[in-house]
Amino acid sequence: MIRELANPTRFMSLSGTLLPWVGGLAALLVAAGLYMVWFVAPADYQQGETVKIMYLHVPAAWLSLFFYMVMASSALGTLVWRHPLADVSQKAAAPIGAAFTLICLVTGSLWGKPMWGTYWQWDARLTSMLVMLLIYLGILALWRAIEEPNRAARAVSILTLVGAVNVPIVKFSVDWWNTLHQPASVFRIDGPTIHTSMLVPLLIVAVGFTLTGVALHLAGMRTEILRRRVRTLTILEAERLDAQAA
Amino acid sequence: MSHGFFIAFSYIVTALVVAGLILRAVIDHRMQVRALAELEARGVGRRSRRG
Repeated sequence: MIRELANPTRFMSLSGTLLPWVGGLAALLVAAGLYMVWFVAPADYQQGETVKIMYLHVPAAWLSLFFYMVMASSALGTLVWRHPLADVSQKAAAPIGAAFTLICLVTGSLWGKPMWGTYWQWDARLTSMLVMLLIYLGILALWRAIEEPNRAARAVSILTLVGAVNVPIVKFSVDWWNTLHQPASVFRIDGPTIHTSMLVPLLIVAVGFTLTGVALHLAGMRTEILRRRVRTLTILEAERLDAQAA
Repeated sequence: MSHGFFIAFSYIVTALVVAGLILRAVIDHRMQVRALAELEARGVGRRSRRG
């Protein structure tokens, strides 16, 4: 079944059907989540209304790691099975992951100024997240640097898998080192430490953002498949013109 | 600066970045669809290798 789904033609057909539904559901959940954030969820007893920034910052941080894991698993698909859809998935995930990492860093900084008194601190969580953004930018640059898609995919796969070492560092930095950034408050062994009145809108926004990312990933993969068809046909046309001239 | 500024700025930045991603996806897709249509209109197809 997976092999059947991994066929580019089959993927184009299935993703074309799924995309409007995923995109529509994403928009609905983001709208519902933001309504709850602004009109239902209470202000925090310490942070006041500034806690509203967390409803963007936390999902963006999760998605930064999520899309890196999508890239890393696709990189394995490229290197082990040499599957063209894995190449396409890697390439489509990179700008989405980079964008959510940027949102995470900017919103974190804008929350930090009124709460910590500073926009930036070189603590382990913040620094490892900045490294994550730099890795994403390096991957995007490498995709642009190598024209031949299969060679580019193999080179990017190696960089992606090497960079994957940063994922657990980001996740566990708050446990391994003494950081200004607070420890995890949702995904904990002893359960979330956030009150339900804040946890529910946070999770709704997070699912909405995730579906937005998934829709963008599907759309990016579809476009990349078309780009490869255009490239193949352009080469065929050039070969035909060369043959005619000869 | 009031806390309202930091909240508003966070939401504006997030909206702009997500809108940028969506816009980029739409424009890129349209460009590839147009390029593919132009190639096919010129009679370039996968079978042209054989021809």
